[in-house]
Order: sequence, then C-alpha cells, then structure tokens
Amino acid sequence: MKKYAKTHEWVLVEGNVATVGVSNYAQEHLGDIVYVELPEAGKEIKKGETVCTIESVKAASDVYAPLSGKIIEINEELDAAPETINSDAEGSGWIFKIELSDPAELDGLLDEEEYKKFCEEEEA
Amino acid sequence: MSRFPYIPHTESEINKMLEFIGVKNIGELFNDVPHVFDFELKLPDSTDEFSVMRELKTLAHENLNLNEVAVFRGAGIYYHYIPSVINALASRGEFLTAYTPYQPEVSQGTLQALFEFQTMISELTGLEVANSSMYDGATAVAEAALMAVRVNGRNKILIARSLHPEYRVVTKTYCHSQNIIVEEIEYSKDKGQVEPEHLKNRLDDDVSAVIIGYPNYFGIVEDLQKIKALLDEKTLLVVVANPIALSIFEAPGILGADIVVGEGQPLGNHPSLGGPGLGFFATREKYVRKMPGRIIGEAKDVDGKTGYVMVLQTREQHIRRKKATSNICSNHAHNAVIAAIYMSLMGKEGLKEVALRSYDKAHYLFSQLSNMEGVKPLFSGPFFHEFVVSVEGLTVGELNNELLKHKILGPMELEKDFPELGNSALFCTTEAVRNEDIEFLLGRLEEII
Repeated sequence: MKKYAKTHEWVLVEGNVATVGVSNYAQEHLGDIVYVELPEAGKEIKKGETVCTIESVKAASDVYAPLSGKIIEINEELDAAPETINSDAEGSGWIFKIELSDPAELDGLLDEEEYKKFCEEEEA
Repeated sequence: MSRFPYIPHTESEINKMLEFIGVKNIGELFNDVPHVFDFELKLPDSTDEFSVMRELKTLAHENLNLNEVAVFRGAGIYYHYIPSVINALASRGEFLTAYTPYQPEVSQGTLQALFEFQTMISELTGLEVANSSMYDGATAVAEAALMAVRVNGRNKILIARSLHPEYRVVTKTYCHSQNIIVEEIEYSKDKGQVEPEHLKNRLDDDVSAVIIGYPNYFGIVEDLQKIKALLDEKTLLVVVANPIALSIFEAPGILGADIVVGEGQPLGNHPSLGGPGLGFFATREKYVRKMPGRIIGEAKDVDGKTGYVMVLQTREQHIRRKKATSNICSNHAHNAVIAAIYMSLMGKEGLKEVALRSYDKAHYLFSQLSNMEGVKPLFSGPFFHEFVVSVEGLTVGELNNELLKHKILGPMELEKDFPELGNSALFCTTEAVRNEDIEFLLGRLEEII
C-alpha cells in the first residue's frame, strides 16, 4: 500500500516497516539531484520532523518524516549514486526505512489518487 | 533639518510624506532606536569639491605611508612588494564588475580566475580542494572550527595560544553562540611552539579539532607531524598557514593537516590599515560538503567547450539560510583574484624567492640582535620571517616611538596580548626590507637601547 505525504514523500508499508522516498513529482521539480545527506540509522523521529536533505543543482530541500518511528535502514547506495532518485524515485531511489511507532498515523496520508489531485492543485 | 545636495526630495515633499504617515518630524521615525548616539555631528560648513579635496589631502599627509618607512612589523598583515602589473590587471573593469558571479554566462573571466586561485591554494596547502576565498584569515579559522564540529560531531576545539590573538577571539565568539567549547593550549616557554606532551594531556573524546599556526604568531614553525601523530582518527588537525611560507615549507596537507586556512593578504594585496584581507580555505575531498564557501568548477558545455561554473552553492546562505555551511554573505572575491594574479605572475620560483629573501633577512637580523646588549631572543624554535626578543631599559612602545622618528616602523609590542611575555617585541622582515634598512635599524637600536 503506497501512500503520500503533502510534503511529497512516498511511503510503502510492509508489516510494521515503512519505506520512504521522495515522490516522482518532487524529483521532477528538484531537477538533477547531486547529493543526499543521509540520516543516521537508529534515530527516533516524529512525524513532520526534518530527517535529511536532498541537494539538486538548484536547491537544497528537506525530507520530512511522513510517520513517527525509528529509522532502521538507510539506502547507502544514494551516497555514490544520488541520481538514482531521478531515475527511479519511487523504487530503488528509496531513502530510509522506519519501524513505525504509531501505525494510526497512516490514516493522515494521501492515497495515490488524492496525491495526484493534490499535485495538480499545487500546479494550478 | 538642513538639505543635503544629493538627496533629491524637497523640504515640502518630505513634509508631505511625514504628514501622510502621521509623524511630526524625521526624528520621530527613529524613536525605537536607543538614543545613545543622539547628538549633532559637528561638521564644518559645506564647501566646494576642490577645497574639500585640498583639506582631506592635507589631513592624509599626516598619516605615515608604509612606502615611506622601513617596515619591521608583520603580526598577521605583511608588507611585501607588489609589482605594479598586478594592480593594472586586477583593476580591469571585467574583474571589478562581477561582485558575486552567480551568472556563469557573464562572468567566465572572474570564474576562471577564481578557479586558478583555488588550484594554486590547493597546491600550496597540499590538500585536494580549496574554496574561492573567505572573508579574512580570522573568520576562516572560526569557520574551520565550525566545520570540524560538523565533520565529527564533537564539541570541543583546542586552539594554540601561539596563534594570532585576534583569530582566537573571533573563533571563540563564533563558537560561543553555538555552544562549542574553545580551550587554549599553552606554548613551551623555551621553544615558543606547542609542546606535544602538554597537548597529549588535553586530548579526549570530545576534542573535535586542534588548531595551530604554521608558522605561529611568534613566527615559529610548529612540528605538524608530531602533533598529528597524537590525534585520534576523528580529531581534525586545522593548520593556519602563511601562504608565502608555504612556498618553501612542506605543505601541511602532506604532513597530516585536514583543514588548512589562513590570511591571503600577503599574496599581492596591500596591507592598507590592516585590510581588506581574504581568507583561504582548503581541505580533503571527502569533507568537501562540510566546507563553507563556494567552489568554482571546470565543466564542458554541450559543444565540448570548457566553461566555469559555481558548484556546491546549494549549501550557501542565499539558497538555504538556516542550514547554510556559513552565514558570512560575502567573500573577498576580488582580493582572491588579485592573489591569483600575484601567484601566477610570481610563479613557483618567484614565490620561493620572496619567501627565501624574507627568511634570510629575518635570520640575519635575528643573529645581529642576539649579540646586542639589552636584547634577548625569547624562543629557540625554528622561525620563518618573524621572531620574538625581549628588550631591556625601555618599553617596546617607547622604542617604537624613537624608531618612528627615523621613519622605521618597529616591531609589534606583545605585552598587551601576551602579558606573560613581558616587555617583548615581535620583529618581522620581508623581501621588501632592504639590506641598508636593516643596517640602519641596527644602528638606531644601538643608540636607543
């Protein structure tokens, strides 16, 4: 089940673990991504907090925690190949995995249809 | 309020504006500002441009120009000879117009000059990357401290007391507001350098970086290798270097420095009233994203032609103020361009010659002073072009007053910043001190002391 935050992160929940990345829409708007300042594994985060930063050729953008929990894994491959986010934002361009502390927060996220609509409204 | 000729508004326009926003007079607009400076300036009546220029020039002549005296003072800002071609090139309009070259399409020349600057700083420091300059030497040291904390997440900076006193103060000010602890490490009273044994006792898991001069404020060359060997894997060695000295000394990067910073003024920039200077900043490639400032990169355009662009500027305050690596909005790009022109015109051999002549003259002066009655060398460590002696019979301030009568700018008085050194003086010579100036100084000293 893939869900989206209004801050343009996507979330894929399997069991109690959520994989997080930035949406394809966000990736397109950032342009060529040159660096990802990865978070540390083991860190407790709260929904809405800044987790890490993505640098593109024209901006540096924060990635926010779409859900609360503990970061249990990070995609270290982004260190050497940050452009993976451009080529496959919602697949191999994932950034970190969270062990959820409050699965009820999932209800506050958008589903694919809602997110698409949200992006269209932002464009307008 | 009297009218100023360059303010285009008439009295009635001003009154109209004041009336519209509902205040009685201009003074009322500043009511929120504390009235500390609430007084009338006692300015003379306005007069014509010609008379003002005459008056100002007369006043300016009361200043002593460095070109009219023999200079034996350095202490962070150095009087080197600047070939006239350097100013002629640096003052070309193309270099003066692009203040901050955000737009690569209009500032290729400036960008290339800064790229060359970085390359030469990299070579001098022995480190892989250098930025396109900082504000000045002092802030470059402070920024190096902040960067070290970003790199290893530790919280304590050990700074050598033998470093420039102003650099230490600026670093402490920067670190204070970020809750970074800054502690000083003492110098050996015999050698004037950091004592490895003493440093060893001060090291612990909280130490983010050790900052030392190369040469230090007393002109003495620190043993970088020995100091580096004491540090654990995470602690960074920050070296504050004189760029002229680097042309004859082993590059700090090769001796283990992780960050090398310093004041770039000696590279072709005038020592006018102690500034403007420029900071230089180099580090290892793996830390490049933790480094403050901008880097100019060389790239190819779609047709394969070489072009220069600003890279890593996404870490800068004009894009993300809160998380920027540095919040100094200005670097000294034009001073860096001057430094680049100086280094490229002098070349490797020219720079070496400047350094060697500065060194030779200082060592000659040192040996002569060592034999003089009433003068005693203070430290035994190896020195570059500055050294400390203690003086008997009169204060260094009195000595300098006497020397000034003979158009000699004497040594730096150390007692204010280093009370523990008593009545002592920091002498400096550069290649711009002539041999006859040294003999003249020695003669005057014989008479005075």
